[in-house]
Amino acid sequence: MRDVAVVGAGMTNFVRRALETPKELSYEATKNALDSCGLQLDDIESIAHGSAPDAFDGIHQKGEYLADGCGGFNKPTMRVYVGGATGVHSLIHGWYHVASGHFDTCVVVCEEKMSSAMPHAQAFFKTIFDHTTERPLDPTLLWIFAMEMKRYMETYGYTKEDMAIVAEKNKNQGIKHPASQFDTEVTVEDVLNSEVMAYPVNRLDVSPVSDGAVAVVLASDRVARQITDQPVWVEGVGWNLDTAYWATRDLYYPRYCEKAAWMAYDMAGIRNPIEDIDIAEPYDPFDYKALHHMEGLQLSPKGKTVDLLKDGYFDQDGEIAMCPSGGLMGVGNPIAAAGTMKIAELFWQLRGEAGERQVPGSPKLGVAQAWGDLMQVSSVVVMGN
Amino acid sequence: MGNMEKWVSGGTSVSEKDIKAGDIFHTFDSLDCEYTWDCGKAIGKYLSELKKGNIIAKKCNECGRIMLPPRMFCELCFRPTDDWVYVEDTGIINTFSICNVHWDASRVEEGEDPPLPAVIEINGATKGMGILHLLGEVKPEDIKIGMKVKAVWKPEEERTGAITDIKYFKPY
Ligand SMILES: [Zn+2]
Repeated sequence: MRDVAVVGAGMTNFVRRALETPKELSYEATKNALDSCGLQLDDIESIAHGSAPDAFDGIHQKGEYLADGCGGFNKPTMRVYVGGATGVHSLIHGWYHVASGHFDTCVVVCEEKMSSAMPHAQAFFKTIFDHTTERPLDPTLLWIFAMEMKRYMETYGYTKEDMAIVAEKNKNQGIKHPASQFDTEVTVEDVLNSEVMAYPVNRLDVSPVSDGAVAVVLASDRVARQITDQPVWVEGVGWNLDTAYWATRDLYYPRYCEKAAWMAYDMAGIRNPIEDIDIAEPYDPFDYKALHHMEGLQLSPKGKTVDLLKDGYFDQDGEIAMCPSGGLMGVGNPIAAAGTMKIAELFWQLRGEAGERQVPGSPKLGVAQAWGDLMQVSSVVVMGN
Repeated sequence: MGNMEKWVSGGTSVSEKDIKAGDIFHTFDSLDCEYTWDCGKAIGKYLSELKKGNIIAKKCNECGRIMLPPRMFCELCFRPTDDWVYVEDTGIINTFSICNVHWDASRVEEGEDPPLPAVIEINGATKGMGILHLLGEVKPEDIKIGMKVKAVWKPEEERTGAITDIKYFKPY
């Protein structure tokens, strides 16, 4: 296999409701990513793109609809979709295109426009549940998050205040991100006082519904060095899938995430992730989920994560900067694009280009992770400079 | 701001209000998709037993698991499952929520009971084998993880062979 680098990145603003179509959003992100490394679409040999449920757009097989905006016309183009895990999984998908030796360049672009679905994208999540044994109970996606959060808190004695610290930290960090959907600071109090959606989940424990797109450019070792003197290398990739009988898993611990993480760490030659990783971008659609995933990523001992969080271990200038981007909680959550936003963040951070969000001390290694489908898929990418 | 700002494209976001006020061009269509799902062999038997007031599971003799919902193949051993096993209609609450939002994101109204979803580990199935269902006849503030609950069945004549033949689980 050949070494693969990220050489460019671009994104649209994450917004509640965009005027642009999904295709137009994809185009903006792709064009920005190409411009960022001085390439033309003609320089790109393949396209890997991702977008989560077709239902949001009401266009079945929306891969072919999006392909033009992704630069996929007349090119070998593939779509990947594993729900929320799509954004990082698509990078892995693009990595294969280049690592295999089949292509020297590939654009990875992920898009989501959730605002088209009326009256609310949430309603379409009912269709991810089993049609016979679960859907007649009128489930909402909030149920499984709330129940997982409850199980996680109960197992370790974590409180709602503990979880709200993450919301406060990530949302306020996100204000520093130029693409963020937020510009107002929140406090733990604000989180606890916000509307109860599904106990123990309050409104501000949840990332917002968003529209947006993110793209990165991949290149093989040889070509990457011609494009930039600051390539960011894909050091390891991993993914894993647990059973879709989600109620039969113990929800307190993301086993699928642990397996995906070790697959990526082994490839990257990492034996002690807590020591080696400088930046972590765990998938945080809900506040508790960032902590849940830090444990799955082997970046915090089980049950100790809140203590470390309170001690500033995961701050922008902490031992492991957690979600310096602001994460989904702080930037926004256009499902598939949110995971790719984390890849782009590692790219900017590892090049020292992240502005106010920059993690100090010349970080060397970062990990991005996403999670989705019926809560059971995880994809992990380790990047280094 | 760092270098990255150059590669973020500007926003043109609009709000729900702009759409309702007709201030921007947009288009509307509604989908009309219906399905008749075959429930399959395992779930078919599960549903026919629910109609009779029983919960039935399936055992894999290789790994020894008694599985709910029942399945025709064991996903761990990747072989056909073996015996049908009747399990109890009691269990314990593995986790739960008190939900103020319906599936379509509409809010529970004043005076309306919030849905009380739970993962219930059914007695007689392998430990940890939970199913999604609802709780009832319990005050939300009294629900606890580890609480023992029992199925409340619809009257026999109202059962249709559906997961909703169990109205909910209540503490016992
Ligand atoms: Zn088995």
